[in-house]
Amino acid sequence: MIWYAIDSWIVVTGIFAAVACALLGNFLLLQRMSLMGDAISHAVLPGLAIAYLLTHARASVVMFAGAAVAGLLTALLTDTISRLGKVDRGASMGIVFTTFFALGLLLIVQAADHVDLDPGCVLYGAIELTPLDVAWQVDLGGFLWEVPRAVLVLGGTLCLNIGFVIIFFKELRLVAFDPELARTQGLPVAALHRGLMALVAVTAVAAFEAVGSILVIAMLIVPPAGAFLLVRRLPAMILVSVLLAAFSAVLGHAGALVVPGWLGFTSTSTSGMMAVAAGFLFLLALLFSPSNGLLANWLHNREGNR
Amino acid sequence: MFEWQELLEVLSLRDYNTRLVVSSAVLLGAACGPMGAYLVLRRRSLMGDALSHATLPGVALAFLASVWLGGDGKSLPLLLCGAALTGLLGCGVVQFIRDRTRIKDDAAMGIVLSVFFGLGVVLLGFIQSMPKGSAAGLESFIYGKTASMVQNDFFVLSGSALVVLSAPVLLFKELRLLCFDGEYAAVLGWPVKRLDALLMLLLTVIVVAGLQAVGLVLIIAFLVIPGASARFWTERLDQMLLLSALFGAFSGWLGAALSALAPRLPPGALIVLVASVGFALSFFFGRERGLFIQFLRRRFLMQQGDAKDDLVCHR
Repeated sequence: MIWYAIDSWIVVTGIFAAVACALLGNFLLLQRMSLMGDAISHAVLPGLAIAYLLTHARASVVMFAGAAVAGLLTALLTDTISRLGKVDRGASMGIVFTTFFALGLLLIVQAADHVDLDPGCVLYGAIELTPLDVAWQVDLGGFLWEVPRAVLVLGGTLCLNIGFVIIFFKELRLVAFDPELARTQGLPVAALHRGLMALVAVTAVAAFEAVGSILVIAMLIVPPAGAFLLVRRLPAMILVSVLLAAFSAVLGHAGALVVPGWLGFTSTSTSGMMAVAAGFLFLLALLFSPSNGLLANWLHNREGNR
Repeated sequence: MFEWQELLEVLSLRDYNTRLVVSSAVLLGAACGPMGAYLVLRRRSLMGDALSHATLPGVALAFLASVWLGGDGKSLPLLLCGAALTGLLGCGVVQFIRDRTRIKDDAAMGIVLSVFFGLGVVLLGFIQSMPKGSAAGLESFIYGKTASMVQNDFFVLSGSALVVLSAPVLLFKELRLLCFDGEYAAVLGWPVKRLDALLMLLLTVIVVAGLQAVGLVLIIAFLVIPGASARFWTERLDQMLLLSALFGAFSGWLGAALSALAPRLPPGALIVLVASVGFALSFFFGRERGLFIQFLRRRFLMQQGDAKDDLVCHR
């Protein structure tokens, strides 16, 4: 395995994206809304398309705003439909996000001539290419340090998410475990919920171009689920999920460099491999978690039968 | 008028290609509708989401296997078998995680969805880096290729639709009990697990058959929207199944036909949008659970309450 400066940037991009997603994913998991991440990351497509048509620039502020609005609308419509129409949450989520996705697809195809938004790019991302887009050059005494744009964008998003989780930790915790109590205590439950959804949307967009929506969905769900199996307290769960996410990014990139060679191929998708690495770590947690793992359960049952 | 003539021509399926595309869409809609109704009632609407993403590694593996054995990797039956295999595996994993760990339904589906899809993307990456095999055809499994269906695709689709549609007819009673009170069914001695597995198998069949036609995101819409819309119109399962099949077929017909009218209208997206409009109409005006009827009922109750209050006061 040969490691260049480029590889470090790819890993840093991956870690930032993964950790930003995993942070928020913990609260989605506890509120049984894990698939909201999936829904939102599909549903931002029309927001992106409209913002792009308006400004003709990628990764602009307008684009973030468009995506955040689309994400918020998804959350809002899902809630409204399931509450007023007494429709199951999953079903109303499915209705809303497929409709948005179809709308986005229609817009993109309609404007295919002047829109450089390829649905494939949205799905897989192009993390391998992120280091080439340099936004910031620092001269460190003769050594030119080139910071890719994706790292800056994702770093900003990560800080935003960390800030949100730290500032509203107590409120978020109460809402996650006992929304009724939170409401009776006068907490702005709906506003917190909307803030969380908006951040999921913003994170999804920030990570799109760099890592693709598949990695966003994986990192929103899989590391928190693994952490949920390993520990029982929320602060510990957040910490473990962050570690799992970061490690998945490192492992995924290393895997993308090494595994194709083992099997006689030349290359593969890095973000796909990061998602697979997250799945692998989850599998380990599922098997070997000291408190909930299958192995521990099996040993426990065997002892009980004796 | 010229435009009306064109519209008539398309809607009445005179053109061969349009006929193929529209009838595939109608069949797929009709077959997905009742499956969606069952899923909505079982509160597992997004199972189609997990399943459709889980088919991707199977498609890629089948391609790799066939190239390895010396083929060109484009054999449709093989690709579909691969898709069905990993799709079923995905369903099994969701079930396993849900039953054996503290993790809930939705997260289990999310895990399967993202990890399986990630694996699929990795395998597609392998294929793209291969010197001879080209992965060009495999893209259609993700985005769908409604507009360029060929006769073979149509045959696969009609066969699967027939199989899937026969289930609600042959197993109506069993599936009804499963949907409304699975535990009671288990107590009565019904093979609940096997029925559940059968439902997942049928779901896999229709998802795999429909993947190529509309792509893996939009097939989710086909599996959710007609079933959820039908729920607003009736409280009876037989009527709901019939209605959802009709909704699905109608959206398929109108969406596919409209997309043939102008260039650059992707049929999959249009079908979904037609279905969404149908859902919105059902949501507001559905005869049993629509918002409008709910409002009328509430007002009626309140008026009755007022009348009673009056009686009490004046007595």
